[in-house]
Amino acid sequence: MTTAVDVTVEHLDRGPLDRDELAAMVASGIPPGSYVNLGIGQPTTVAEHLDPDAGIVLHTENGMLGMGGQAFGDAVDADLTNAGKIPVTETAGASYFHHADSFAMMRGGHLDVCVLGAFQVSRHGDLANWHTGAPDAIPAVGGAMDLAIGAKRVYVMMNLFAKDGSAKLVPQCTYPLTGLRCVSRVYTEVATFEIDSAAGEVHVLATFGIAVSELSERIGFELVAR
Amino acid sequence: MTRIWVFQNTYPPVLWSKDEPYDHHSDPADAVAGIADGATILVGGFGMAGMPTTLVDALIHQGATDLTIVSNNAGNGDTGLAALLAAGRVAKVVCSFPRQADSYVFDELYRAGKVDLEVVPQGNLAERMRAAGAGIGAFFCPTAVGTPLAEGKETRTIDGRDYVLEYPIRGDVALIGAWRADTVGNLLYRKTARNFGPVMATAAALTIVEVASVVDAGAIDPETVVTPGIYVDRVLNLSAMSDATKEAS
Repeated sequence: MTTAVDVTVEHLDRGPLDRDELAAMVASGIPPGSYVNLGIGQPTTVAEHLDPDAGIVLHTENGMLGMGGQAFGDAVDADLTNAGKIPVTETAGASYFHHADSFAMMRGGHLDVCVLGAFQVSRHGDLANWHTGAPDAIPAVGGAMDLAIGAKRVYVMMNLFAKDGSAKLVPQCTYPLTGLRCVSRVYTEVATFEIDSAAGEVHVLATFGIAVSELSERIGFELVAR
Repeated sequence: MTRIWVFQNTYPPVLWSKDEPYDHHSDPADAVAGIADGATILVGGFGMAGMPTTLVDALIHQGATDLTIVSNNAGNGDTGLAALLAAGRVAKVVCSFPRQADSYVFDELYRAGKVDLEVVPQGNLAERMRAAGAGIGAFFCPTAVGTPLAEGKETRTIDGRDYVLEYPIRGDVALIGAWRADTVGNLLYRKTARNFGPVMATAAALTIVEVASVVDAGAIDPETVVTPGIYVDRVLNLSAMSDATKEAS
């Protein structure tokens, strides 16, 4: 697997990516022929932007490889859903397997990429995406912890800044962790990052409507431009 | 606690079908007979796909209480597991994802302190049941290392990687939804409704399955059997249930 961008590109002639552009950006970072798991919610929309000729095979943790798009009308089958319990379709070459096999596939390092949402990602690639830690919140982890440590590369897709303006790329996560040093890449509306977890370095691949220097200032630690 | 399994480990599995006519109201009731108070029950399904709704409804009628339910979710809407919870029969839920848009029955009970919750990462949930069914005493797993869900658990570094020790989850009973059975209990599933079914079938002392249809032994290609009949104790044939039974359940 290669990192396509060698030099940081600042796109200052435009604003932040919209949701569609962000999904397309994540899709463009998935190498042809990859086996990929897309998390529930926003990551699911990445599927709409994958090149149908790239031979990318979608895994869903409820026991399927070769998942197709969302099913509508007569194509809806109650026995065929994705991890978000939304009816989906199967593609030619699809296969079904039980849950223990599905997660063994994950933990065993057979999945190339997974795309997850996040509350926070640390500069070391720690991921927090399952629990706010609020006292009245009902904890629900699903497959997030297995995916975080299982896939060869973990991509996070999120807004860089929370509603209160605070950055979600942080020196150290304050929310309960999902996995340690597991995030490879972070895709956000204003920039894309590659994480060197051993060094605790965050390399900027590209920015959208903001300079790296300003980003570093808003995030509160020095980003690496290359 | 006394647990008496009338039909446990029978060969072939006890089968309720049109060939063995039972009182039509008692069909699903017979399938869940003998489940004791305090039992740990593995309930298949991922959302509604593979959910053994007829068996869960029968369990509600049957009356066993103080149950520990092991399932991926904690009930949706007002039916199935949510109805079992609402009836006050569940002491504890072991699951990966209780919180959903329509999990209001569980949410309310949990916030009122009326039901215990053990959240287990989904892969660990499956693997812990697989271990139970395969006679594995415990296993080291990389999932959840360094997270709150590993707190208090034994860890070990193997070949430079950290692992958490996880123990099996055994059921007294498994309730499973499958697609087709034959008369010796071999099972086929449909699409993603397979999910936890094959794993749970191995992990319980008494495995009860509801299926859309039952065929003669030999009618399922042996190469395609997903759950071999050795794991299956009772089969409820939904297609043989009378309309009156379906109404009643």
